[in-house]
Amino acid sequence: MQFAPILSALRRHRLATALIAFEIALACAVLCNACFLIVQQLRALHVESGVAESSLAVINLGCDDCKGADLNARVTTALRAVPGVQSVAVVNAAPFAQPTGYAGISLDREHFIAVPHFYAGGPGAAETLGLQLMAGRAFQADDFQTAESWLPQNTSVWVTRAFAQRLWPGQDPLGKEFWSDKYHFRVIGVLAHLTPPDPGGGHGDSAGEWSVFAPMLPGDSLHGVYVLRASAIDLPRVLREARVAAQRAAPEAVLDLQQSRTLPELRADFFRQTRVMVGTLAGVIVALLLVTALGIVGLASFWVQQRRKQIGIRRAMGATRGDILHYFQTENFLIVSAGIAIGIVMTFALNLLLMKFYEVPRLPVYYLLAGAVVLWALGQLSVLAPAMRAANVPPVVATRSV
Amino acid sequence: MFGYYLDLALRSLRRNKILTALMVLAIALGIGASMTTLTVLHVLSGDPLPGTSDSLFYPQVDPRDMDGYEEGKRPADQVTWTDGLNLLHAKRADRQALMTGGAVPVQPAQSNIDPFFSDARYTSSDFFPMFKVPFMYGRPWTEGEDNSRARVVVISRKLNEKLFGGKDSTGQTLRMKDTAFQVIGVLDEWKPTPRFYDIYMQSYGSVEDVFVPLSTSRDVHFEHSGSTDCWGTGGGDDEHAETSPCTWLQFWVQIDGADKVKAYHDYLVHYSQEQKTLGRFQRPPNVALPGLMEWMDINKVVPGDVRLQAWLALGFLLVCLVNTVGLMLAKFLRRSGELGVRRALGASKREVFMQLLVESGVIGLAGGFCGLLLAFVGLWLVRKQPSDYAALAHMSVGMLTFTFLLAVGSTLLAGLLPAWRACQITPALQLKSQ
Repeated sequence: MQFAPILSALRRHRLATALIAFEIALACAVLCNACFLIVQQLRALHVESGVAESSLAVINLGCDDCKGADLNARVTTALRAVPGVQSVAVVNAAPFAQPTGYAGISLDREHFIAVPHFYAGGPGAAETLGLQLMAGRAFQADDFQTAESWLPQNTSVWVTRAFAQRLWPGQDPLGKEFWSDKYHFRVIGVLAHLTPPDPGGGHGDSAGEWSVFAPMLPGDSLHGVYVLRASAIDLPRVLREARVAAQRAAPEAVLDLQQSRTLPELRADFFRQTRVMVGTLAGVIVALLLVTALGIVGLASFWVQQRRKQIGIRRAMGATRGDILHYFQTENFLIVSAGIAIGIVMTFALNLLLMKFYEVPRLPVYYLLAGAVVLWALGQLSVLAPAMRAANVPPVVATRSV
Repeated sequence: MFGYYLDLALRSLRRNKILTALMVLAIALGIGASMTTLTVLHVLSGDPLPGTSDSLFYPQVDPRDMDGYEEGKRPADQVTWTDGLNLLHAKRADRQALMTGGAVPVQPAQSNIDPFFSDARYTSSDFFPMFKVPFMYGRPWTEGEDNSRARVVVISRKLNEKLFGGKDSTGQTLRMKDTAFQVIGVLDEWKPTPRFYDIYMQSYGSVEDVFVPLSTSRDVHFEHSGSTDCWGTGGGDDEHAETSPCTWLQFWVQIDGADKVKAYHDYLVHYSQEQKTLGRFQRPPNVALPGLMEWMDINKVVPGDVRLQAWLALGFLLVCLVNTVGLMLAKFLRRSGELGVRRALGASKREVFMQLLVESGVIGLAGGFCGLLLAFVGLWLVRKQPSDYAALAHMSVGMLTFTFLLAVGSTLLAGLLPAWRACQITPALQLKSQ
């Protein structure tokens, strides 16, 4: 295909060409960045909780004046009696439920280093939640101690792999120690995953799996939140009955309906805003591509109509339909390529701007490649109909009105 | 002449319906998307208390220890119990209120309503007159009741409807956490947006259902929730909240007059120095006195998502406009012959230019109108969303006018370039090729 005649023809339509190229460039910038944002949000949506989500539910009772041990005893007994419940445990929080245990820690009792979320669980909590231990040992009976407030003074804990990496990069975390105020912790196990209750909630980095799981005996400083496990199919019914059973077992306590849900429900709730954002971004992308395609169709149609006579002459001089078709397709390819070239600069500029004002990482280069391919395809697709119309111009047009 | 141009424009637009429809559609999509997001942004970044917000300020002092001290950093976001009470009792401003939030268990007398948690605000008496809170029944509590830790409560209209069927409930008893409170007031509909006074809770949520004197709330051990920031040996547990080194209360003042604002700022510096001499403060005096709107800005109360969406939509509008420029250029140049004839018959460049601008204006109007419809659909979709600000997304008259101006203005702007280009054609050349 010879580019020279196309380029010289385009030179006569500098303004229109520049406009289309500019439009493509803008589309490229918005498309790449919006896609990138979508992928970011989707990654957040699919965060691994590290627990057996589909078969877990939470019961949350508020009771300030209750004796913790007494409340725990009554409620756990009642919950265990609900048909279908496989196990029940007392915890302080669950993934996607209310966070309760963020606390700053230090490795040397002096310099704060990070703010992980402390999960606390009674005997059987780790098993009920379905935590996956990667290294280290399980909790034994004497690991569970009573606490006056918050956690026991000396606790053997599990930490997530991500958090261990943060604290002791490249080292074996087993046996390591850390402090939070006067509380002392020793790592005896490493978890593959355990997300904080509000992943991405601003206490960790964007990967954010900074969690500690501490064993303790339920009592005055651990009561009111119960996690129960049942088969996934049974779960909605079990939760319904468990809510009633808990309320009946502790009439003086107030059942928090917002928080007493199945984990899948809590998760869906937690990410609702994110899903809306993904929907909006996807809508913008579709509308943008549509408008860009319409613009290309409009302008290409105009050019075809304007050049009917020239096309007729070319056809009369021996150009085949394929030649004419290819002419317009190549022309479109050249314009889109020029647009993408400008678009690359604009994309990175927009990305830099987003990085400055929002917590957005740098855009990987392959998004640009993908964006370019999409725009090339879009251009070819939009120009197809006008180009076919051009190819159908009969040679006899050349003889008319000259 | 304008009528004639309008007639010409309509004729020309009717001649090529598809191209016209494409242009109108592009404008409408761009306008619809950007107006939807701009309306949400406008609503969210609005003034929560129009007419009053200018005289409301949020005093900040810095009671933290030297750990992590950096010169020039902002003072603490909230105040400690001690500082809050000192500033409250000093009464250096025209009005002042100290407050924090929480959730209280409400135990209705009716057996058919289960006990439930209600969001509550624990505050001092000036809260109501200072924020111009409207009352449906009854009255706010007095300073005397603040000091005597009276068991009184002001409830929201919503709670009044739930518990007392919407009737005047002043004088009735409301049990909360096993304590009997006397209802002394019922609020009328009040929805400051954003809910500025405590941005650490839901900043776009509805106001609390229960208002109790702060002193009483401590007396009956109501749990406080919201942001608590501790340092040193601070534990942040509720029981010792009065003495532990933690900031957990919001303090607002009303100051009328600029010179008094300056005086209050000086007072805060003076207070910090005094506290440092007493050994309570360790840092050099570091105070701030942002106004209400400034405080909203500092804390970026408008959700980042909303801003991002607005920028995206504006980018989208730009693409749509560039698209329209291209299409209009095609359309105008296609009529070179016609324009050539008009020019040859004596029409000046300016007149041809005006004619083409009228045509783009008509497209702008049509696009604006369709865009407005799309914006209404968009806002309806936004209201379907579950976020706490969704229900606020309504179009105001101002935004409506702005939509039209934006649509017509941007389309005229988009029409400038094609119209100018179309005026450049030489009439003779066009006539020759006919």
